[in-house]
Amino acid sequence: MPLLELRGVEARYGPVRALDGVSLAVDEGQIVAVLGANGAGKTTTLRAVSGTVRRGGEIRFDGRPLGRRGPEAMARLGVAHVPEGRGTFGELTVEENLRLGAYTRRGKLDGDIERVSGWFPWIGERLDQPAGTLSGGEQQMLALARALMSRPKLLLLDEPSLGLAPLVTREIFRIVAELNEKEGLTVLVVEQNAAIALEVAAYAYVLEVGKVAVSGTSEELARDESVRRSYLGY
Amino acid sequence: MKRADGIRVLVFLLVAAGVFLLPRFVSDFRAQQFAYVGIYFIALLGLNLLTGITGQISLGHGAFMLIGGYTTAILISNGPREGEPPLELLGHQFTNDMRDIWTIPLAGLIAGLVGFLFGFPALRLRGIYLALATFAVAVAAPALVRRFDEFTGGGAGINFFDVPGRTKSETITDPITFEQTETQIKILWLQIPSFNEWLYYLCWTLALVFYGLAWLLLRGRLGRSFRAIRDSELAAASSGVNLARYKTLAFGISAFYAGVAGSLLAIATTFVNPETFPITLSIFLLVGVVVGGLGSLWPLVFGAIFIHFMQIEWAQSTERVIPDFLPVLGAIDTDLPGAPAVAFGVVLILIMLVAPGGVAGLIRSARLRLARGYGRAR
Amino acid sequence: MANFVQQVVAGLGSGAIYAALALALVLIHRATGVINFAQGEMAMFTTYICWTLIANHGWRYWPAFVATLVFAFLLGVGIQRVVIHPVANASLLTIVIMTIGLVLIFNGLAALIWSAEIRAFPSPFPNETWQIGTVSISQQDVGTFAVVLALVAALWAFFQFTKTGLALRASAQNPEASRLVGVRVGWMLAIGWGLAAVLGAVAGMLAAPTLFLDPNMMQATLIYAFAAAVLGGIDSPFGAVAGGILLGVGLNLLGSYVDVVGADLRLPVALLIILVVLLVRPEGLFGKPVQRRV
Repeated sequence: MPLLELRGVEARYGPVRALDGVSLAVDEGQIVAVLGANGAGKTTTLRAVSGTVRRGGEIRFDGRPLGRRGPEAMARLGVAHVPEGRGTFGELTVEENLRLGAYTRRGKLDGDIERVSGWFPWIGERLDQPAGTLSGGEQQMLALARALMSRPKLLLLDEPSLGLAPLVTREIFRIVAELNEKEGLTVLVVEQNAAIALEVAAYAYVLEVGKVAVSGTSEELARDESVRRSYLGY
Repeated sequence: MKRADGIRVLVFLLVAAGVFLLPRFVSDFRAQQFAYVGIYFIALLGLNLLTGITGQISLGHGAFMLIGGYTTAILISNGPREGEPPLELLGHQFTNDMRDIWTIPLAGLIAGLVGFLFGFPALRLRGIYLALATFAVAVAAPALVRRFDEFTGGGAGINFFDVPGRTKSETITDPITFEQTETQIKILWLQIPSFNEWLYYLCWTLALVFYGLAWLLLRGRLGRSFRAIRDSELAAASSGVNLARYKTLAFGISAFYAGVAGSLLAIATTFVNPETFPITLSIFLLVGVVVGGLGSLWPLVFGAIFIHFMQIEWAQSTERVIPDFLPVLGAIDTDLPGAPAVAFGVVLILIMLVAPGGVAGLIRSARLRLARGYGRAR
Repeated sequence: MANFVQQVVAGLGSGAIYAALALALVLIHRATGVINFAQGEMAMFTTYICWTLIANHGWRYWPAFVATLVFAFLLGVGIQRVVIHPVANASLLTIVIMTIGLVLIFNGLAALIWSAEIRAFPSPFPNETWQIGTVSISQQDVGTFAVVLALVAALWAFFQFTKTGLALRASAQNPEASRLVGVRVGWMLAIGWGLAAVLGAVAGMLAAPTLFLDPNMMQATLIYAFAAAVLGGIDSPFGAVAGGILLGVGLNLLGSYVDVVGADLRLPVALLIILVVLLVRPEGLFGKPVQRRV
């Protein structure tokens, strides 16, 4: 049984229908990518899962139907959503950002900060720095680290490559892949950069105008030239 | 477009006729009450121009009413000190036989000028900062009036009940029968039996005139520019709207309206003092605009009614309600001061929760619902 | 010299009260973007609660003080949840009008329950002075300053070192991201209002011995608090406190050394400060410059 399952999910922003019946599944321990052009509904898909936007249709997480749970409740269920634009708290320090990541957990957090610093060594040295003064790549890593603080069952990653140089993007995806390998982290990642997403993901869905146009394993999609040219841009 | 306008003018004329006939059917007291509604209506028209149409929040329009009211008071009473040499300003002597109604346009102009000048520094302020700045002005105005008492009569104010320039009816007592009769006030060919009726006609004539003026002003480029500024200053500026010119103009015109209203208020109450135009007046004006409906014109009448009648009627009707938890909190009084304020506040909050668009908003949604229902029936 | 020190100390006393109320205004503005015009009336109302506990139910001062703080906190939370939250997405004007409605309700309620009679309010500090050479220092002023300082320090510690304090700061800065990490932002804002009400209650209870208790007692203080908040920076908690102290001391020194000002121009001077600061530097002394977004 998949960890996350979407069936015929709809979502609208006012009169505009952003999602028009999206169905997808993410198995535990998998990295699944959601690809597509701008405005296809990729970000809205993540928001529907985390409860940030009102949705119709059915979403099942860990076997349970989600109903109308909002983002606060989803965080408690073990869903960590790294939004578009990182969502770091610029005026707070790196350490405070991390502590907020673990908001839903009780008990001491120092062990967790150490654990997370293992993945991003520079964090351990810059705990007192205001997050707003970090570079774009560092902020993305901080957002990722913050999500890891809560030991999530599912990580929702929204456009991690946005605004970042190619090398930095590679580094981030490398870390995501390692987290998936070593800790079995389940990831649903939304990306415009289809090439790099397909390198780490096992399975991918391509959205077009709020619907799933194509889906398959990353090998299948990467191999198929027509798919690559029509939907993925390369 | 022409036909819709023609219908509007017709409706306006019918309403005007109704307004003029009303005093025949209501008591003298009610006529006075409606006169006050007219005064507030004029003030609200002005404030709405600034806040509803141009989007600049003002918590200070009571100050412009104060300027208008005091201008009238000073002009027709020759200042606070009777029997002293007439007021001199720039070599011109103000004698105290200026007719009260002629002070109205002057009051409006002076208030309008002050408002226009205030518009310049206000250019830099928006949103809550502008609200705070205008709030400061509204609080400062009565205090300044107190301070500069050579002009303004300080805390005691100016009482011009007996001034010759005032339009009033005389009470003649027959020396033999001691019967008292009131002479009628003569305006052109009309004879108006009482002061209150005269006040009513004065206020509502001006109200209708200024309503029409506002309607005309807002139809053309002026209205479009104002609305553009409200919707997005940056977009308006990039489209070529001269922000400085229109914002100061909005302040000036709205202050002019408030000045006229203040002048009328002074004429109505026959005296002014710092308490006539307190900070609560400015606040109530803003409330009136919101209750009537931001950006609307004639529904502001409802806002005027709300401000005026709520203050008076609730004082009587809420005395019936006697809370029985009072003894627990140690209260011993049985007449209920403060009850009208509580009721007013609760109603205000309920209105904001249920109908934030004011009466105009309710009318709009009722129209929409009717239109939808009509469409379905077809 | 003696007069100078006395005026400064007196200014610290009155300034502390402005600071407390200004901090309440800033807290709410940072959290919900709203200026709570009812902050003064809420402070007055909670002060009446303290008074009634002492005068009508025989409580001792400090227990009544603490109970009032608890009441104030619950009142603030309640108002945010019941009145403000439902219109969270409404226009600025709508919310401003609602706070105005609250002003009317609290003012009227106070007059209704306790009548508009002017009453005396006890002070926990003795009405005496310390003599240091030629200088007389009022114990009331020093005590007031100390209480407010302690409260501000406690609040600062709460915001800096506790999980809830962190969540509150996060909610004020970025409510969306806060929700994603599981913070119940609505309740955080309510706590913010509760804390602001506590600050107001302290301001009221400290001011009442001098101002005497009546439904309109906090109105002038509210205006001074506005001036302090604008001076310090309407988004800066430190600015609010600093602004309050500066205003209190400044007004006292001005009134004492500049003849034109005197006692009855204090309020207009405060208003002038509001206007000048708004025109010259709207973000105040310690705030961040306001940026225009398209």
